[in-house]
Amino acid sequence: MGRYLIRRLLQFIPVLLGALFLLHYMTVVGIQISGDPVRALFGDNPPPESVLAAMRADYGLDNPCLDRRFDPCVAMFVERLGQYATGDFGIDLRQGRPITEHLGERFPTTMRLALIAVVFETVLGIALGVLAGLRKDRFVDNLVRASTVLLIAFPVFIIGTLIQVYVGVKLGNWIRGQDSMPDWFGQMFTVTYSADYPWLSLILPGLVLGAFSLAAIARLTRTSVIENLRADYVRTAKAKGMPGTRVVGVHTLRNSLIPVVTYIGFDIGNLMAGAVVTEGIFGVPGIGQFVFQGTQNKDAGIVVGTVTILVLVYLIFNLVVDLLYAVLDPRIRYD
Amino acid sequence: MSESVIASQRGIDVAALQRVHFDRDAPLLEVDDLHVEFHTRDGTAKAVNGVSFTLHEGETLGILGESGCGKSVTAQAIMGILDIPPARVAGGKILFRGVDLQKMEEKTRRHIRANKIAMIFQDALSALNPVFTVGWQLGEIYRKHTEASRSQAKAKAVELLDLVGIPAAKERVNSFPHQFSGGMRQRVMIAMALALEPDIIIADEPTTALDVTVQAQVMKLLSDLQQDYRMGLILITHDMAVMADVADKICVMYAGNAVEQADVHQIYSRPAHPYSKGLLESIPRVDMKGQELAAIKGLPPVLVDPPPGCPFHPRCTFARERCQEEKPELYDVPGDRRSACFFWEEVISS
Repeated sequence: MGRYLIRRLLQFIPVLLGALFLLHYMTVVGIQISGDPVRALFGDNPPPESVLAAMRADYGLDNPCLDRRFDPCVAMFVERLGQYATGDFGIDLRQGRPITEHLGERFPTTMRLALIAVVFETVLGIALGVLAGLRKDRFVDNLVRASTVLLIAFPVFIIGTLIQVYVGVKLGNWIRGQDSMPDWFGQMFTVTYSADYPWLSLILPGLVLGAFSLAAIARLTRTSVIENLRADYVRTAKAKGMPGTRVVGVHTLRNSLIPVVTYIGFDIGNLMAGAVVTEGIFGVPGIGQFVFQGTQNKDAGIVVGTVTILVLVYLIFNLVVDLLYAVLDPRIRYD
Repeated sequence: MSESVIASQRGIDVAALQRVHFDRDAPLLEVDDLHVEFHTRDGTAKAVNGVSFTLHEGETLGILGESGCGKSVTAQAIMGILDIPPARVAGGKILFRGVDLQKMEEKTRRHIRANKIAMIFQDALSALNPVFTVGWQLGEIYRKHTEASRSQAKAKAVELLDLVGIPAAKERVNSFPHQFSGGMRQRVMIAMALALEPDIIIADEPTTALDVTVQAQVMKLLSDLQQDYRMGLILITHDMAVMADVADKICVMYAGNAVEQADVHQIYSRPAHPYSKGLLESIPRVDMKGQELAAIKGLPPVLVDPPPGCPFHPRCTFARERCQEEKPELYDVPGDRRSACFFWEEVISS
């Protein structure tokens, strides 16, 4: 287990550097093609060139390589890595506050949102998948298969908007209009995020965010359960006289969950990306919204800083999942 | 609080089997006119078609036949571990010490497995659960069938591994199946079957996945243990050599039917069914080196749509017109044996 851990940690380094360099290169090329972001800040009314130059120097955008198209600006990259090492992830263009400060405010909200989504998709997805797998080709199975196809077929922004209108506005307004209902209950069906209810008002956005993965996990679990039910060791468990619940719950499920855990691992990255849309729809002041605003304002500092941190989060989660994977499957641990 | 109370709180009814009245004078196992069907998209496949046999203490019954002849399905029907659906026991009785297992409630019958009848499977790598340690998988039997605690179960697992000849059992008990060699894994399977000292062991191709030297070791272990515990053994295989070594009597199956039942010596010296004869002739022999091997021509029938008359007639060298129209029953042949061939006399004397 120890060697496995060390090997995984060593793999972590090149992946991180590679991801950061790609990110750096994309933003650099973006600036090289679409022009100076500092100049773009001022529209039709540019200040004197000396002011612009001073600002460029402030934001680290004065490097001449930015004028040469497709130049990778390696020197800038190295400098940037040095800044990251000291915890400096840059400042945003408009307010001039450190990115880390913004993220510190926004990160907990997004984490709450992602946590709700993960719990929802994992618990319900696995439950539905197991149910469908055990009742293959029966009513429950067909229902699960049909509904998950629907969920997968619709993009998040359509499902999100539909749910916002029908559950958040129509049902939610009715619930909030009832005197007998406690106030917190109505918050579960809210249209927008409310800072007074940091968990409850994120439930609906969380469900929307987790919807796609819920469908994917349900289908993955279903296939995996069906496959494992036919496995020889399940027959052995029956031959050992194990009760039916144990044959399914212990012998089949543990093996069936291996691919599902893998999926959940890389899904956490997807959730961060999905949060951009979901946070936009429900007005959640999280990281997704921040990145979205950053791209609209052509604020490379925000985009690079935030995405860098997201890459880190993603890689760390992946590492955790890989370790979990080894716990579930001894064949990996003792390779 | 007594241990049995604790056990029953864990949902284990240890006393379930004590309420069943087994007849000590009845044979260990009697299978009478067993029929098993599979419902498939193409129709109903009759996998087992009226098989009967009896097994006594200390006796080894061999079931011989090609792949798909219904050997394993018969075994799984006895164990009660067929997947229902698509499978269905369409008729017949399975009596253990005079008690009809088919009529037993599932919560009682599950204690018959491992306690009274245990099974060894062919490919031990896939038959053992890859994600649990060997000790855990052995101990589970004690924890779910007896009042043993986790630590007691583990101690028992070590004893079992020791019994089947696994060196350093104390350490190996914490290993996973993939860390064992093929022969060791099969020993673990045998240990698993022996755990509760059952009266019957059904070994379904126990040595097929092993290489020849290991095969011999595993077979020897199995038959030694059978002698020690006076167990009944049902050995399912298509390996004629293994069969000749171990079996007392043999049931030859073809396309779901028992086609010949006899003492092992009788079958090997003078088969009374053309199929048994064909099987024997298809064993490669050193003294016939260089000559063409006498194989049985053709393929076994599709079970969904078996040929009319005798199922073997399309491949049979003795076949006449009668074989195409009429299905032979299992005729009594002198010497307490049976053959499902109209012309058994001719086959024996040929």
